[in-house]
Amino acid sequence: MNQSRRIEVRQLSKTFTLHMQGGLHMPIFSGVDMDVDAGECVVIHAPSGAGKSTLLRCLYANYRASSGSVKIRHAAQHGEALEWVDLVSASPQQVHAVRNGTLGFVTQFLRVIPRISTLDLVAEPLINQGMDAGAAQEQAKTWLSRLKIPARLWQVPPATFSGGEQQRVNIARTLISDFPVLLLDEPTASLDEGNRDTVITMIGEARERGAAVVGIFHDEYVRRALATRLFPLPA
Amino acid sequence: MMESVIEQQQQQQYQQAAVEPEAGYNFAFLDEQTKRMIRRSILKAVAIPGYQVPFGGREMPLPYGWGTGGIQVTAAVLGRDDVLKVIDQGSDDTTNAVNIRRFFRRTAGVATTERTADATLIQTRHRIPETPLSSGQIMIYQVPVPEPLRWLEPSEQQTRKLHAMADYGLMSVGLYEDIARLGKIATSYDYPVVVNNRYMMRPSPIPKFDNPKLDRSPALQLFGAGREKRIYAVPPYTSVKSLDFEDYPFEIESWEHSCSLCGSDASFLDELIVDDHGARMYVCSDSDYCRQRVAAQSAQSTPSGEPS
Amino acid sequence: MMPFQSSPLLVAENLSHRFGDFTACDNINLQLYPGEVLGIVGESGSGKSTLLNCLAGHLAPSAGQVLFSTRDEGVVDLYRISEARRRLLSRTDWGFVHQSARDGLRAKVSAGANVGERLMAVGARNYGQIRGEAMHWLERVEIDTARIDDLPRNFSGGMQQRLQIARNLVTKPRLIFMDEPTASLDVSVQARLLDLLRQLVSQLHVAAVIVTHDLAVARLLAHRLMVMRQGQVVEQGLTDQVLDDPQHPYTQLLASSVLQA
Repeated sequence: MNQSRRIEVRQLSKTFTLHMQGGLHMPIFSGVDMDVDAGECVVIHAPSGAGKSTLLRCLYANYRASSGSVKIRHAAQHGEALEWVDLVSASPQQVHAVRNGTLGFVTQFLRVIPRISTLDLVAEPLINQGMDAGAAQEQAKTWLSRLKIPARLWQVPPATFSGGEQQRVNIARTLISDFPVLLLDEPTASLDEGNRDTVITMIGEARERGAAVVGIFHDEYVRRALATRLFPLPA
Repeated sequence: MMESVIEQQQQQQYQQAAVEPEAGYNFAFLDEQTKRMIRRSILKAVAIPGYQVPFGGREMPLPYGWGTGGIQVTAAVLGRDDVLKVIDQGSDDTTNAVNIRRFFRRTAGVATTERTADATLIQTRHRIPETPLSSGQIMIYQVPVPEPLRWLEPSEQQTRKLHAMADYGLMSVGLYEDIARLGKIATSYDYPVVVNNRYMMRPSPIPKFDNPKLDRSPALQLFGAGREKRIYAVPPYTSVKSLDFEDYPFEIESWEHSCSLCGSDASFLDELIVDDHGARMYVCSDSDYCRQRVAAQSAQSTPSGEPS
Repeated sequence: MMPFQSSPLLVAENLSHRFGDFTACDNINLQLYPGEVLGIVGESGSGKSTLLNCLAGHLAPSAGQVLFSTRDEGVVDLYRISEARRRLLSRTDWGFVHQSARDGLRAKVSAGANVGERLMAVGARNYGQIRGEAMHWLERVEIDTARIDDLPRNFSGGMQQRLQIARNLVTKPRLIFMDEPTASLDVSVQARLLDLLRQLVSQLHVAAVIVTHDLAVARLLAHRLMVMRQGQVVEQGLTDQVLDDPQHPYTQLLASSVLQA
């Protein structure tokens, strides 16, 4: 097995069954094989509605695969040996552990938790991993500054922010953990050029640190800047 | 001369030899089967120190609240050769004490005394005598409410469970509340205790001043609640610890004064208002103890022993 | 979140409970790991409250067993041990937050006494320390410590719930059961309480089983969900899995019924 492989997908298929619509079957894709190595940025490439987001969510085990396997290279504890975990057959506790330590997902929209300040939201993943609150907040500030979220907004919950601001908070919250495997769903869609370039740089830095990245980028400019490989998804 | 006649009459009233009981009553009023039933309950109570044993309380010729529980316990353990002392608030001559003593005089004919040291059985309401008790004596307490947790937990089912599981946190909560609100534990009588490191018990409405006397007493201590129909006991030499907190330890009352009659500064004092101007006198609550001390002092001051 | 340890804290095996002919819970199996929050969702009559009461030691099931990994005594079968031991464990090893604070607080004693009671029940004998602990936990649940001597009835509904939570946390249990903890509160008050629960659960690394009919509460607090219908578990998995990609018809019905504000 390739030592730098981080993601291995075999024969992945997804069909939705809509019981509310009388059991209507909606097949999205089938027989998907994908390998992603450290340092790669694989961009899922397909027309709108073809199931790019669905595939990405299956990689995160947010959607349940109808069949096939999604294996992620994961270290159970920091510094321990890497092993393969198949998210399709793993226990919920194992999936949770993989998401905690290895697998990050920048969703298209920020899920707003009421009353939590921007700073706390971004620092939270580090605190959950055991970092001291003060140190976590300092790191959060660095990321927020880089993403041009002004300091006066740090104590404010992001519910009232613009779409672009919310998305930058969302990105900070995921990238701050330095995950070895990153999934990105249109991370720059609502950003202006300046911020878009910052995010491109950040993802590039992650890749250089050895992260394996899988992304959906609508914007060709971003695709060209980041993609090491395109992954076509048959319709 | 007059004094000594009065004294003699008083002696007759409180110090009486055994006589024939009145005809028509079983010895000590209760029938023998009832006494056996009560004795069984007493044995159980003695075997499980501090545990409330239910018993089939009988109708007594005085209402609940007047000591029917104590009387039934006394009636069950009383024998012809016993010497009975009855006190109420420490005194032998209050209505309650006089009535109960007369009751046993008529139905059992036993000898009675007011001297603590001479008694084999002492029935009491609200006090323990100052004179230390000795092995072979029996103290019988009149108890209104046997359940220490009753005011915190009204359900009998629940309190029985709490006792079964030694779940006494609730009582500590009560003491905590006292300290939080008043700065100290406010309970001053019927102060809850733990018997033999197991059961929590109410010692009857004795002042907390008397609680230390319960601990490892050489006497057998029996408690009877007539209305609630419960008997409990503390066998001789059993540990009885008053509840407290480490940083708010149990403390007994103290007075600035000593007894106006005998000068004691170690006994529980009653405060008496002696005139319309509010003048006060502090006198030993335990009348026998006080009288003994006075007699001892006058004997000292007149070596011949004659009244001065 | 710390990675989950390998041995579960609470296990239910083939748990069933019947009320006469009516089966409230039918052959339920579940495992809960330290630090994990399990949400049990379902509508009225689904059996979720019955299940919770069986898990928490309040209701002996008609069949099956509940195994709990205690702090000091290894794994115990909850309904094989004596009631006294079960009661003690319910004070020290786990806690229970009722829907109505009235059921979980002593109305006649002060907030401080309510919070300190469990310490006193397990033998704490220093007033100063008990009071200190009570103050610490009042602060933790964001109640003004100056109100430590107030009676519960002088607190608002939300504060009473927070007081109930403090009362449960004081012995640092490893597992808290919650029965619709926010259901009887106003919406604005709910939000604050949910925040607090979220923070406490992650800071204290305490596991929780939360029964709720509110999917938004489940989404916010739970790592995993079990969906119950008519006494049976129809679906379970990670929260986002169950809510974003529901498989069972009933789960799809539930997920689609949630109104968006």
